[in-house]
Parts: sequence; C-alpha cells; structure tokens
Amino acid sequence: MAMAAIGGRLRRRPPKYSAAALAWKGLRGESWPRVWRDCDLKSSYDAVVIGGGVHGLATAYYLARNHGMTNVAVLDKAYLGSGGSGRNTAIVRSNYLTPEGVAFYDRSVHLYEQMAVELNINVMFSQRGHLTLAHSDASLRTMHWRAEVNKLGGVNSSVIGPDEIKQECPSLDTSDHPRYPIQGALYHPPGGVVRHDAVVWGYARAADHMGVEMHQKTEVTDILCEGGDGPDGKGAGGRVTGVRTNRGDISTPIVINCTAGWASLISTMAGVRLPITTHPLQAAVTEPVKMFLPTVVVSGSLHVYVSQTDRGELVFGASVDPYANYSVRGSLEFTEGLAGHVLELMPGVSRMRILRQWSGLCDMTPDYSPVMGFTPVDGFLVDVGWGTYGFKAAPVSGEQMAEAAATGRTPKLIEAFALSRFDNGELVGEKGAASVGH
Amino acid sequence: MLLVPCPNCGPRNSTDLRYGGESHARPDPNTASPAEWRAYLYLRDNPAGWLRENWYCASGCRRWFSIERNTATNEFRDPPLPGDKRGGAA
Repeated sequence: MAMAAIGGRLRRRPPKYSAAALAWKGLRGESWPRVWRDCDLKSSYDAVVIGGGVHGLATAYYLARNHGMTNVAVLDKAYLGSGGSGRNTAIVRSNYLTPEGVAFYDRSVHLYEQMAVELNINVMFSQRGHLTLAHSDASLRTMHWRAEVNKLGGVNSSVIGPDEIKQECPSLDTSDHPRYPIQGALYHPPGGVVRHDAVVWGYARAADHMGVEMHQKTEVTDILCEGGDGPDGKGAGGRVTGVRTNRGDISTPIVINCTAGWASLISTMAGVRLPITTHPLQAAVTEPVKMFLPTVVVSGSLHVYVSQTDRGELVFGASVDPYANYSVRGSLEFTEGLAGHVLELMPGVSRMRILRQWSGLCDMTPDYSPVMGFTPVDGFLVDVGWGTYGFKAAPVSGEQMAEAAATGRTPKLIEAFALSRFDNGELVGEKGAASVGH
Repeated sequence: MLLVPCPNCGPRNSTDLRYGGESHARPDPNTASPAEWRAYLYLRDNPAGWLRENWYCASGCRRWFSIERNTATNEFRDPPLPGDKRGGAA
C-alpha cells in the first residue's frame, strides 16, 4: 500500500515478497534478486548518513519516502546492521517515565505495528506483553508513577500484583522465598519483540528501491568543514562541506551521524564534543526449549531482561559494563551474574545451557535520553546517545531525523532531546525507565 | 575482567574497584564560564585509545587514583605511585 502511494518516485518496482511469490519461485527453482545494489561512490550527494544500522537506514528511508530526497548515501565501515542493530535483544515498548519519552516511543511502537505492511517484509513483531518487575517499595512506587504517566500519554500500561504476574507468566517465582521477592510489576501489553535483522533488511531494501545508495565497507575517516572556530574550519559556527572516506571524498551539505557506539569519534571529526561515553552491553542466548515464557520480563533491581524467541531460545540482556570500552569482548563475570539473577526469577531454568554470548557498543548519555537534531556545526546532525534503548526507537528516530534534515527545523517530538539541553540544564531523566541497573 | 593496578594494593580485579570516568581537571569556580562548567560536567572525549581515567579502590585501600588505559585493548600504562594525585583525582 505504502509502496503504491510513493509509486511516482519509485526507481524500479520492488519484487514483492508474498506466499505466492515464494511458491512460484520455489516451483521454478528461480533465485531471488539482490535485495540492494552495490554502487560506485559518487562525488556528491544531497545528504550522507554515517552508520548503516536501523537508525541510519530508517533516516535514509524517510528522507526518500517523506521528503523526496533520494540522492542520499548511507555509509558503513562494515556491513549493514553489523553494530547494535544486530546485537540488541529486539525488545520494543513505550512505557517510559517522562511525557517526552512516552510520546516519542509510542510513535515508534505505532510505526513498528505498520512496518511489515509498509516495508513488505515479515519483521515478526510479536506484541506479547512486557512485565517490568518491582522488588521493593521504591521500585513499585516508580512503576505506579510510570503507569500514570503512560496512561496520560494514551499508552496501555498498569501496575499488577504477584497473583496476576503468576497468571501472565507462571514460570516466575512470585513467592516470598527469593532474596528479593517480586512485589508487583508494570504490565505493558503492547510491548514485545521484533526480528531485528528483518528491520535492517526491510529499510535497506525499501530505501534502495527509492534510489538511496548503501555503501558497505566504506569508512568515514574525516568530515570536511569550513568556517568553524576550530582547526581546519571545524567546530562551532562552521558548516559541513563533505566527508572523506577510504574510497574517496564526497561533497555534501548534510551529514547525519547515526553511529551509536562510535558517535563520539565521528562527531569529533566535525569538531563537536558530545556528552557520551561508550560502554559495551553484553547479552546471551540459551539452547532452545519449548515455549514457556509468554511475555518479555524485565527486572531493574536484578539487572536482567529476558524473552523467549520463536525458536525457543531465551535471550538475556543485562546492564552495560561498568567502565568505558570500545572492545566487544564477553566476560565470565557477566555470565555468572546473569545466571544467578535469572535463577532467582525462574528457578526452573537451572538446567538450561547458555549457547553463546556477545556484546555491542552503547553510547551512554548522562540522562539516559538520546541526543538528536542539530549541532553547532551547520549541516552536521546527530542521532546518537541511544545507549541501551536504540533499537526500539529506530523507526521514529528515522522519521524525525529525516524531517529535521530535510526541513532544517527540529520536529516537536524530538525538541526535548536536542544537544543544547545540556547548555540549558533541561535534561530528560529517563534513568528510571530506560533500561536496567544503571 | 580487568586487572587494575592500584598504587596501594597492587593488581586488583575491576569488580573490587569503582569506575570514576574520564579524568579532567576541575575548572576554577571563581573564573570558569558556564560553558566551561558544562563541558566539565557533561562533555567527554570518549576516545578509542589511550584515556586518563579515575578509579576508586572500593574494596581495598578506598582511595581514588588516576591511570591511563587503552579503551580499545584494555592495557594499562603509567600506573601512579602512592599519593600521586594527577588528573584531578582527589
């Protein structure tokens, strides 16, 4: 449907994914066409997006779809979705703590709900419900606070007691035996999980069909500026003229930094310092078992979140590593701590084995909210500071960043997340709801 | 797990210490502009490489110290001597 609506701007008609096409191709033994093209790097683009993850690809997609800007390049130093987009635990929800956060993430959930139809790809969005457990009076009070803010923002969210938790999720130990007994939970029925790779491929495919170019293995080594107060014309008051890559220079008036863990390194190239430190976040997955965990379960006090994939594996995440780091190595103390906390919640999984663990880089901000929009360098936009909550915000971030880049004005939905909030002392404190155990 | 060379306790597991972030000298409160305070409070270099940072030896000598670590390889260098207060670590 959405494809038809933008039919006038289509470069070529996308081969539709459908059951009929699958059967037809299967019977005839045909192979599927390449999903996106490999292009030669041009010397000039209307906009360059650095970072080929869900945020960068969504930004490029919405630039083309909503604003008709198709002369756009997405650059990634590795392959598309190689960073946080393929390493997150795929949870989507909107039960945040601040009104700004709730409105923003609610729009994101709404866009995820339409995504499969809009992008013609099965993103396997399973809105199975999301439980945030409270183990103390203090956290139960925060859950009530969040529930009320959510309800005001029109988000389905409520506080439930141990009996209802047991009904929703029988494998949880809701007795008073654990060290930190479960006292209640924030129940958020629209929350769920999405197949994150499909989101990457869906945006890349749709953007490619509208003429956006994806350049993999293209590393940005410098951002070219003029007129700024720093060396080489970088810094405040200057403007962007292009980027330098390992495949040559590109001239462009707009550069959008969507690089998550590497956000500071890219921004430094334009002379912009960010309030960001990079921490790895580790995750792990178990062997597959039969379905027993119907909802996503999060415990801030126990530093763990867990969901069961459609294949039956349990996917665990935890809090970020305690020190700044650019290496994505796993650690044994993470696995040990995680296993202990999971067993406290669900003693029944004690015999399950962890298959593998991995780690991704998170760009943490002081207030656990992102940094989005314009910077003191004209034409250099940032969509960074996504910490441990970037995947769930990808569609709305792309939509809003595209609007900012195309119109030159900050959209209302992301006004609160501007870099200038650190000048004005208007931080958006989401620490209580952004993730676990920070 | 990092092995952090504490000047007083020797090599300790990083779980024994608390991370104190980048080490920057505190601006002079009598002369600092709001922009300098903001930079000190919020803005970070966040390099992928050598970084001078603060650690608090919480389970050992209970003292702060500053040391250089490579954030890409996790090597330490330039370990301080006892009583060394470089880089604003108090």
